[in-house]
Amino acid sequence: MKIFANWSVRIGGTVLLLLVLVAIAAPWLGTVDPTLFDAGSRDLRPGEAGEIATLDGDTVKHVFLMGSDSYGRDIYSRVVYGTRVSLIVGLAAALLALFFGVVCGLAAGYLRRLDGIVMRVMDGIMAIPAILIAIAVVALWRASLTSVVIAIAIPEIPRVTRLVRSLVLTIREEPYVEAAVSLGTPTLKIMFGHILPNTLAPLLVQSTYIFAFAILLEAILSFLGVGLPPDIPTWGNIMAEGRVQFVAYPHNVFFPGVFLAVTVLAVNILGDGLRDTLDPKMAKRV
Amino acid sequence: MSTLEVKDLTVRLPAGGDRAEAVSGVSFAVEKSEILCLVGESGSGKTVIAHSIMGLLPKTLALAGGEISLEGEELTKASEARRRALRGARMAMIFQEPMSALNPVMTCGAQIDEVLSCHTEMPPAERRARAASLLREVALPDPEHLLDAYPHQLSGGQRQRVGIAIALALEPALLIADEPTTALDVTTQAQILRLIVELQRRHGMAVLFVTHDFGVVADIAHRVAVLREGRLVEIGSKLDVLTRPSHEYTRGLIGAVPTLQPHGRPVPANAPVVLATRGLSKTYRARRWMGKTREVQAAADVTLEVRKGQTLGLVGESGSGKSTVARCIVRLVDPSAGEIHLGGADLARLRAGEMRPLRRRVQIVFQDPYRSLNPRRTVGEAIIEGPLNYGVPRHEALSRARRLMELVRMDAAALARYPHQFSGGQRQRICIARALALEPELLIADEAVSALDVSVQAQVLALLEDIRSRLDLAMLFITHDLRVAAQVCDQVAVMQAGRIVELGDAEEVFLRPRHEYTRALFAAAPGRGFNFAAQVN
Repeated sequence: MKIFANWSVRIGGTVLLLLVLVAIAAPWLGTVDPTLFDAGSRDLRPGEAGEIATLDGDTVKHVFLMGSDSYGRDIYSRVVYGTRVSLIVGLAAALLALFFGVVCGLAAGYLRRLDGIVMRVMDGIMAIPAILIAIAVVALWRASLTSVVIAIAIPEIPRVTRLVRSLVLTIREEPYVEAAVSLGTPTLKIMFGHILPNTLAPLLVQSTYIFAFAILLEAILSFLGVGLPPDIPTWGNIMAEGRVQFVAYPHNVFFPGVFLAVTVLAVNILGDGLRDTLDPKMAKRV
Repeated sequence: MSTLEVKDLTVRLPAGGDRAEAVSGVSFAVEKSEILCLVGESGSGKTVIAHSIMGLLPKTLALAGGEISLEGEELTKASEARRRALRGARMAMIFQEPMSALNPVMTCGAQIDEVLSCHTEMPPAERRARAASLLREVALPDPEHLLDAYPHQLSGGQRQRVGIAIALALEPALLIADEPTTALDVTTQAQILRLIVELQRRHGMAVLFVTHDFGVVADIAHRVAVLREGRLVEIGSKLDVLTRPSHEYTRGLIGAVPTLQPHGRPVPANAPVVLATRGLSKTYRARRWMGKTREVQAAADVTLEVRKGQTLGLVGESGSGKSTVARCIVRLVDPSAGEIHLGGADLARLRAGEMRPLRRRVQIVFQDPYRSLNPRRTVGEAIIEGPLNYGVPRHEALSRARRLMELVRMDAAALARYPHQFSGGQRQRICIARALALEPELLIADEAVSALDVSVQAQVLALLEDIRSRLDLAMLFITHDLRVAAQVCDQVAVMQAGRIVELGDAEEVFLRPRHEYTRALFAAAPGRGFNFAAQVN
């Protein structure tokens, strides 16, 4: 496959794959339960050894690779488990935005009567800042994984809709679509059987950017305290808690920050690579 | 000393192409005051040669060997600065697409001025005067006014004239014309060809004229070089090459050029009418947000009949409304007025839902074989799509597809493959098979052979003819090419500005055209004095 000959795809893909493995294998990577805390092990520096109380009331010896926070929780365990949350939120939000965006975009692009209404609604959503929508959605429902995913997906829907609509507008003029019309193919079958498959390449590229932005937005929401509940370990939550003591104990913010930056960077690099191979028109000239 | 001498020119293609070299060991010379036509089918390397002379090769193509000398000066070893100085001044180029060869945000005057100010020390006032005189020389009306016009305000032919004016600005010794008339209508093409010949005589330029059209070659060439897959197969004087080609390939190529003589096949007069339109019209309305609506009449009062087993040719230049008529008949666009009678129903009145069961009766083959097939579906899926839509069981549709592949002379194994694995001609055969899968009564071919090379075009035309007679189909054949029309049509309708100006038996229209426009069209057909097929046989 020519996709894997691209270095951006290779690097971004490998880093992302490693993160996925980390997320899956979190319990076996020398971690403890990320919600455990021990008053005796507060504010340890990275690499220091200490003790941590398990739920059964036992106390086990533990090396805090990335130090501990002001409750005495192991930052390493929290960051590793946080990978799970971040990847799940990013993926779910991207899929949700993609689904609604594709349906709206196909409808607006192919069924011209719907175009005006659908696109004005999208313009309306785009006029509101993403963070504001997200905060409003989370405020309406209780903060949970589902509501955060929905909150992140909504502002992305117009972007996908616009992309799909513009693709549909060009593809619908292609002779093979007109041929399908004159072959008597029903409208829905033309939309999903002929037009949609030909939008997949640019859509895949766009979805990586949404994925990256969703991870970032989740962290921002958690950091602002309107994301997932503070007991769930996410990179944003860890940073939010570490923020107050940042000058004295920078590791609280540093390690989740590095994970966040690396993840977003990897996804964006992967997206650039996919764009260069799948969409040659957009590729930078070599 | 020749103006241009090309020796052993070899250009490598990037790895993974269908051949190793775009151009292999090509040698020729163009003398002063001579037009050399470089002829070949698509992919023969003719444009690559033109671009390597100008030094415009893309970075992916590497000049692997050979020498190019312009007025005795070796170009391949010259510095980029030196080549830049020569480009425009001693050698200039005219491009194929008049629509994109000019910069849309610069006035015509500014684009001519650019050449003059880069290469000369002329003061601005003198440059403007020179630009105006250049526009006058290429016979553009009102040059002073045109200097300040933007390209979009000009027609295609006028833009091509501006392109020629830019090329001529510094009186180059060599003019390279890369298919300069291919994108133009036949009457405009005739004018531009005349202009190029006239300017070439007046300035004593050497002209390298790249084309695929033997009609054009017959009209303007002094000598002809024939290319095939990057190799020069034959070079000689026009009369030698066109009438006594020494190479088998050239003979085949020239033999494939259709004649302007109607085929003269007997036509039964009482065949039943399959399609009849009465006063068919299509008006496009562009409603401005404020202000008045603008109306464009794409087709007006078109009345025609197509009979079973016969072919009606719809002939005209671009924008004459021939495709609009076809698209109205298959209801890809809704007609504004008139009737379309097919199989007892008036298609013009039907709503989309009522139209669906009738769609199978009329099928269409489009111009561009590369865009007519969904790239993400196999050939088999494309062909059985129609029958499946009308409830034919899958295995039956598949066996029908296999029979159709045989009919269009392709291998049934091709059904499992994707469109990109086929050439343009093969794809057009697949499109014909797809259209026939619904067993239509009327087949519309909308410029169906216009994008094909002449040898492939001959094969597809023969195939269409064979299918028409075997299945006793009615066919509406839309083309701008009079030679093609002469080959296949029983009746011909000539369209101009949305109206049919002449309609009659092909024999009548071709041999005794009555309307002034029809006569002008025939007079403009390139190489009309040349009966190619008869020359080589």
